[in-house]
Amino acid sequence: MRQLLILFSAVILLALPAQAGPVQDILQDHSALITKSSRKTIQPAIDALANSNLPQAQIVLQTWQGKDMWLRIEDGLFFRGNTLPSKAIQLIDFDSGEAAGEADKKALKQLKPNSGVRALIGTALVQFQLIDPDPARRAEALAAIERAPDASTLLPLRASIEGETDLGLKARKIRTERLQTISFDPDEAARIAALDAIKGDLGVDVRAALNPVLTTKRMVFAGDPPADMNIARRLKPGADELTDKQAYDLIVAANLGAPRLTPDALRTAMVNNAADGMVGGVPVAELNTQAARERAYAGLVTAGVVAAAVTDAEAAKAVRAHRFVDVYDEPSQAVTDAASATLDAIETKVALNQALDLGLDALSLGSIYFLAAIGLAITFGVMGVINMAHGEFIMMGAYTGYVVQQIIPNYTVSIIVAIPMAFVVTFAAGVAMERLVIRWLYSRPLETLLATFGISIALQQIAKNIFGTQARPLTSPGWLDGAWVLNDVVSISYIRIAIFVLALIFLGFFLFLMKKTRLGLETRAVTQNPRMAASMGINPDRVNMLTFGLGSGIAGIAGVAIGLYAKVTSELGADYIVQSFMTVVVGGVGNIWGTLLGAGMIGGLQKGIEWLNPSNTLAAQTYMIIFIIVFIQFRPRGIIALKGRAAGD
Amino acid sequence: MKNSFLMRNPSILIFLGLLALFTLAVTLMSEATGAGLISTSFVKTLGKTLCLCLIAIAMDLVWGYTGILSLGHFAFFGLGGYMIGMWLMYERTRQIVETSLANAEIPPTAQEVVDAIGSQIFGVVGSSDFPAVWAFADSLTMQLVLVVAVPGVLALVFGWLAFRSRVTGVYLSILTQAMTLALALYLFQNDSGLRGNNGLSGLQNLPGADAIPQSVVSIWFFWASALALGLSYILAAFIVSGKFGSVIRGIRDDEARVRFLGYSVEGYKLFIFVITAMISGIAGALYYPQAGIINPAEIAPIASIYLAVWVAIGGRGRLYGAVIGAAVVSLVSTWFTGGQVPDLPLGGYTLKWVDWWQVLLGLSFVLVTLFAPKGIGGLIDLLDGIRSPNRHGAALGPDSGSLQEREARE
Amino acid sequence: MSTLLEVSGVSVSFDGFRAINNLSFQIGPAEMRAIIGPNGAGKTTFMDIVTGKTRPDEGRVIWGEKSISLLKMSEARIAREGVGRKFQRPTVFEDQSVHDNLLMALKNDRAPWSVLFFKPKFKDLARVEELASEIGLSSELSRKSGELSHGQKQWLEIGMLLAQEPRLLLVDEPAAGMTLSEREHTTDILVEAAKTRAVVVVEHDMEFVRRLNCKVTVLHEGSVLAEGSLDHVTQNQDVIDVYLGR
Repeated sequence: MRQLLILFSAVILLALPAQAGPVQDILQDHSALITKSSRKTIQPAIDALANSNLPQAQIVLQTWQGKDMWLRIEDGLFFRGNTLPSKAIQLIDFDSGEAAGEADKKALKQLKPNSGVRALIGTALVQFQLIDPDPARRAEALAAIERAPDASTLLPLRASIEGETDLGLKARKIRTERLQTISFDPDEAARIAALDAIKGDLGVDVRAALNPVLTTKRMVFAGDPPADMNIARRLKPGADELTDKQAYDLIVAANLGAPRLTPDALRTAMVNNAADGMVGGVPVAELNTQAARERAYAGLVTAGVVAAAVTDAEAAKAVRAHRFVDVYDEPSQAVTDAASATLDAIETKVALNQALDLGLDALSLGSIYFLAAIGLAITFGVMGVINMAHGEFIMMGAYTGYVVQQIIPNYTVSIIVAIPMAFVVTFAAGVAMERLVIRWLYSRPLETLLATFGISIALQQIAKNIFGTQARPLTSPGWLDGAWVLNDVVSISYIRIAIFVLALIFLGFFLFLMKKTRLGLETRAVTQNPRMAASMGINPDRVNMLTFGLGSGIAGIAGVAIGLYAKVTSELGADYIVQSFMTVVVGGVGNIWGTLLGAGMIGGLQKGIEWLNPSNTLAAQTYMIIFIIVFIQFRPRGIIALKGRAAGD
Repeated sequence: MKNSFLMRNPSILIFLGLLALFTLAVTLMSEATGAGLISTSFVKTLGKTLCLCLIAIAMDLVWGYTGILSLGHFAFFGLGGYMIGMWLMYERTRQIVETSLANAEIPPTAQEVVDAIGSQIFGVVGSSDFPAVWAFADSLTMQLVLVVAVPGVLALVFGWLAFRSRVTGVYLSILTQAMTLALALYLFQNDSGLRGNNGLSGLQNLPGADAIPQSVVSIWFFWASALALGLSYILAAFIVSGKFGSVIRGIRDDEARVRFLGYSVEGYKLFIFVITAMISGIAGALYYPQAGIINPAEIAPIASIYLAVWVAIGGRGRLYGAVIGAAVVSLVSTWFTGGQVPDLPLGGYTLKWVDWWQVLLGLSFVLVTLFAPKGIGGLIDLLDGIRSPNRHGAALGPDSGSLQEREARE
Repeated sequence: MSTLLEVSGVSVSFDGFRAINNLSFQIGPAEMRAIIGPNGAGKTTFMDIVTGKTRPDEGRVIWGEKSISLLKMSEARIAREGVGRKFQRPTVFEDQSVHDNLLMALKNDRAPWSVLFFKPKFKDLARVEELASEIGLSSELSRKSGELSHGQKQWLEIGMLLAQEPRLLLVDEPAAGMTLSEREHTTDILVEAAKTRAVVVVEHDMEFVRRLNCKVTVLHEGSVLAEGSLDHVTQNQDVIDVYLGR
């Protein structure tokens, strides 16, 4: 039909000037619509162009959309216009693509379609872009469709699949086409087929496409609901899902019953009808109980001033007499069944993947705790010294990283420098603290706790005085940005992977140090029997000093790692200290594997509880600590405990 | 018996005498009843200090005498404050609400009053319903019972769990710290039922006493605090002076030995833990009406560590030491942080005490622990001519019994 | 003869090491017994088991006429049942006076409430005096026990044990670090005590054991190697092997 029209118009237009071509003809056909350019009426003109199968149609549409189309007033022809430096407009013929002379602005009219029209043109352009020879352009058009799905793009998209040569793009097109089919295709069978085909896809967009299909409305009917309704489920009032009160509210909302008398309404009725200190025969002063007010209301009803309120019994009867159903907005039951089956399948898979994601989260949190606690495990576990300033060593490490970044602007280099620097700084601080304070207190562990606490608050305040109270950034190098995305559910940021790797490295380092080196041997000897070790020529002072320095140094490195993803403040360490203690206590003192297990358990537990109660991380921490207190009941010496004589009990 | 008890402990009489003199002096110098030499806010500071001395006595009982370094007693203190704060806030809001509703066209029902109080109190956390924990908030008697009952029960449950599994030494300290943290975090939540991090406020206003000026109210609380301190001092002295004191000091120095003597160590620890928790609760209930506001930050573990430090600085294992420590450190702390101390010019840098006081405090803990393990109380020994026994073997004190020595190596 | 304590078939191991291996042991109500054995023979662990400090993996520990099992009881409960223990290292409460140490050990109600309101009666004070003279510390009653000499502390600890009025006394190396005259005094105290109750002495020093003049049990690798008079066991070939090395 349309072809005929075009032919017809071509015949008519033979009389027009020689340069008129087929595109110009179409434009002339719809000249009135185009020049008026309203969103409501323009569609036929766009369709005519888009469906003309003319190679120039795309250029015309783009020109039009880009406000570069000009109308020559004298003969009403349309051209593409280039503004020349001389302010004159160079006209280019659409059909031939050749210049058609210049004209003054005054002799022309620029077509400025409004944004609504431009959007319509854009949609029409999509079909050209989808089959554009340039794959980048095709990908762009596809991305536009994915971003803003629309019924009008379904057919062009479907048509473009067959000719697609790029395999990746083809797969994407097929997937998008399915989603669009589910949302917009009027054909039921096609939708069900698409729903079946998309099963198991984890994409967020899939769920976004499925959910509107499955939206329901809660409705109430005096009798049985109409048979042609697509009912999701029938509800029984009285349960949590639909309380009697909600049920009656639904009845009221559907105009099937009179509203209940709420306490507020009752009060208003009292206030409005008070006269001479009496309401409905009851003195106003006595209206301070619900019963008295109801009596007064009854009096008002008798007097005919207000309408009788619905009683509880009436409301209950009404609720029993009505049927409550959730009704799908989507009329076709076959489609909703298929959609819910698909959604169920997807949700099962999503749940599995979420569990995996949670596991990864827990692992990364566990490695952070491990890093924070490993230094503590050395000082507390191996030496029996409780170091409340451990958190401040973590903070010192983080600030060292920050200072290094101020000096070395390259993030990669600065991190590589910062890690050994942090170790050196905190190692020195640890050794100084051991020499000056802790060594005098080895036989008084509780006093060590107090003295190190004193150091802790002093260090915190010093940091506050130097760096101020606001958070300082410790920026990670670019290659640590972003995340490793497995699918739409499972992803883990590279920085957390890096921390995990760092934790593994430290585990290996610690094991090597303790089992393979002279220092490790001496440390173990001093731990087990200081007097014997001393008599064998080991200097316990030196060993204690080095061990303490080592524990502190590792805290410094942990500080750099933690600073990379958390803001560096003077309270950074305090935030981790209790968890670190918990890790050591739960894991069992004096054993690195225990610390590892403890960190894993606490990390896992915290994530697990957060998952159960996602709104509330504070509650998660509370429950976790309570769990630990209970756990200690069963394993007072931690997961891995020394037994028998070695435990010395 | 009373006589002989006081005779055996002359320090009690000295302490009570000094406390009475101090109370009298403050009363005579206050704005309400005397010359007005001391401002009302300073009377409140002194009253609060007395409460801190009270909790320091509790801490000394549990740590200095029994050897349990509890880092959780400020949690009990805070709970006591919350319990009394609930009544103060409820009652005062009720009076305000009733006054405003009295002008309404028709008299309010009881439910309307409660609803209005609820939306007044819980508006800040986006709620208007009374949580279950407020069930007794309308009854002063019940809340006063809860002031001791809630800390007592918490201490009983926690202590039973911890002592039963023989958690001792630093482990126990960390566990109590964890308990405190858990409680603080819980209270920080908006749906904890205690107004989240807003806490309870306006506690300085006594319901029904609007006509009485704060200067008088502050003196009342000062007297109450002094009375509680005096009575608790006697109670604590009674506990530690007899055979019970002998047993708990034995537990501190060598828990296993006491056990092999046939004493159930857990029972004694639990007794001390619970009774000190109750004393802390009372201290908190007197403190927060003078402070005017309580929020979960007050409960944070760091407060309890400070408490241990006060007792350490004052001198453990002697009751007056704890009182001296708490009074001195908290008053000096107020003085420094209040910005009343002149800055110290150090050539190119001016030392602002507001910024550096914490550093000074922290370092002084270290110095006291290292060089004066007996704290300020040790000075009194010097004056008194008491010297430490010439000991053989290990050093004395809560931390050096043979058991702790071994624990440290575990 | 009736038995006060019967240990039968008890084994316990720490991390795979069998400290006590199928040990059986009996003692009557008024008997002195010495336990000797090389280091690591399980002497201390044996005491730990009887006093409830260590729970055995298997076996029975039966106490008294009513034949109650000690295995499920807490240390404090066992002590109240009448088992007193003296540690190898003198452990007295050094911060408290000799008097307070003895008073604390005196057999009285041990529940916190009654202890809180406890007021020493005349007979308690008299008993303290009596014990002090028995252990030779009458003149030291008001001194802090931390000021005592090593030997005096050992005696004080024995005195505290006696104050508990136990039916079984377990004494771990009482003579270690004592001078000769102090040892004699210690022997006298123990022999006196054994007249009315069971006393088990763990000791290395053969001279001291000889002076106790009692039945001897030799432990080796966690089980009983020989039992009898000192002369009898010292002639036993196994015992000689163990002590002199194979």
